[in-house]
Amino acid sequence: MNRKYELMFIVRPDMVDEELNKLISTLESSVTSAGGSVKSEIWGKRRLAYKVAKFNDGIFVLLMIEAAGAVVHEVERRLRVSEPVIKFLTVRTDEELKRQEKIKKIRDSKKKVSAQPAAAPVTPATPEAPAEAPAPAQV
Amino acid sequence: MAEETKAPTATAGGESRPERSDRPDRSGPRGPRPGGPGGAREGGRKFFRRKKVCKFCVEKIESVNYKDVRLLAQFVAESGKITPRRLTGVCTPHQRRLSRAIKQARNIALLPFAGRAQ
Repeated sequence: MNRKYELMFIVRPDMVDEELNKLISTLESSVTSAGGSVKSEIWGKRRLAYKVAKFNDGIFVLLMIEAAGAVVHEVERRLRVSEPVIKFLTVRTDEELKRQEKIKKIRDSKKKVSAQPAAAPVTPATPEAPAEAPAPAQV
Repeated sequence: MAEETKAPTATAGGESRPERSDRPDRSGPRGPRPGGPGGAREGGRKFFRRKKVCKFCVEKIESVNYKDVRLLAQFVAESGKITPRRLTGVCTPHQRRLSRAIKQARNIALLPFAGRAQ
């Protein structure tokens, strides 16, 4: 029962690259060892919209996790405890992705109907339907 | 909605009359509000303002994410407040998603709670 999550966290700006990579790899290993998959993106240093822990900038990191809820809970606990992480936000993305796929499927199916030259006579109200009526007659 | 200003007819009269008695308390000396979207206070215009379209519906933007700050910042005022739907013309489901995304972005310091968005 794997759910998809997006975990974004901010690390203090005066952190070294290698330490950051170490931190990310420890988090990743804790997810994969519990039977999940994770992808990470480092956004880099960005200006924060307001002061967080007396910092004006921060290094943003995005983790895309596919795992059970308890695993993410554990990751969050680690982030809360770790000193360089100043903020994090977890978003569950299952429903959103499902919805987007549904929309995409509907859009693709609509396109197919209008793109087919030998369109069936029972095409629904696509605007290309009247234009296609002479085409099958010639083919 | 136009029935408010007309004299109540036989069937609709029963429903609109109790509403009418409530109205004068709210709108005061101006009388019952014309049921148009906006423009009700500007010189008593009863017509629709030019129809604003929902940006998301027109451009077919599927997902409103807290991560695209530039898109979200268009719907946030200078003070950091979320602009209301009647000013931006966004449709209701998109406005709900947009507002959720803006609040998430505020939480992760991509947008400010108050003050100018950079």
